[in-house]
Amino acid sequence: MAWIVFIFLSVLCVGSVAAMILSRNPAHNALFLVLAFAALGGLFGLLDAPFAAAVQVLVYAGAIMVLFLFAMMMFDLRRPAPPAKPGFRLALTLVLALVILGEIALALARLVGGGGGPGGTPGHDVGRLGALLFTDYLYAFEITSLLILAALVGALALAGKKEGA
Amino acid sequence: MIPPAAFLALAALLFALGVLAFFVKKDLLTQFMAVEIMLNAGNLAFLALAKALGKADGQMVVLFVITVAAAEAVIGLAIIVLIFRQRKSIRTDDLKDLKG
Repeated sequence: MAWIVFIFLSVLCVGSVAAMILSRNPAHNALFLVLAFAALGGLFGLLDAPFAAAVQVLVYAGAIMVLFLFAMMMFDLRRPAPPAKPGFRLALTLVLALVILGEIALALARLVGGGGGPGGTPGHDVGRLGALLFTDYLYAFEITSLLILAALVGALALAGKKEGA
Repeated sequence: MIPPAAFLALAALLFALGVLAFFVKKDLLTQFMAVEIMLNAGNLAFLALAKALGKADGQMVVLFVITVAAAEAVIGLAIIVLIFRQRKSIRTDDLKDLKG
């Protein structure tokens, strides 16, 4: 059963990313990405990480992609992108992607071959995650809040300027 | 029970697809989305290893990555809006005079 869900979700995820590469409409791209992130949320759920799955759907598929769609309204995208012509650049890109894929596969194969730890269901209770957040990861947590504040102020300073200022 | 290797292979594939999308696409907005795909491939690998090793730390890293990604999306989109205001285009072909 888990395998069926895994295969369905991973095909959905990879398929919508591939559709995003092939499509030339930015709005369609954003919607394909929402689909991919929702499928990834399901995969996170399969990995015994229900909290990460919920955050993925709420923050990624929800907030971040809505932000993209809002930003899209500010751009003039009526002029469709010219069709990409297969050339030197595409060939180089394919080579780069394949090399990176091979590299990661090699590194991960060594990792998996080395044998894992005990295994189990680490984050099934959110309470433990919360306790960890406020003990071991307290500094990282506080610094993240500063980062968000800086991003907020930075975005206001960048995009809030008057026209021509 | 799905082995972690399956999830790791999917994460590697997603990352490679993100790289491909980043270099194939020629508008800033879609390239930015490709970066998000790569971040998510990393998240998937973190969660797969968190489960394989039986530790919750991987999940904490994922939470931080998602937070930082949200901050990064805000700043990146603000910069893209600024570029559009100055150039009336977000096509990388129209920004070629940035080339050194």
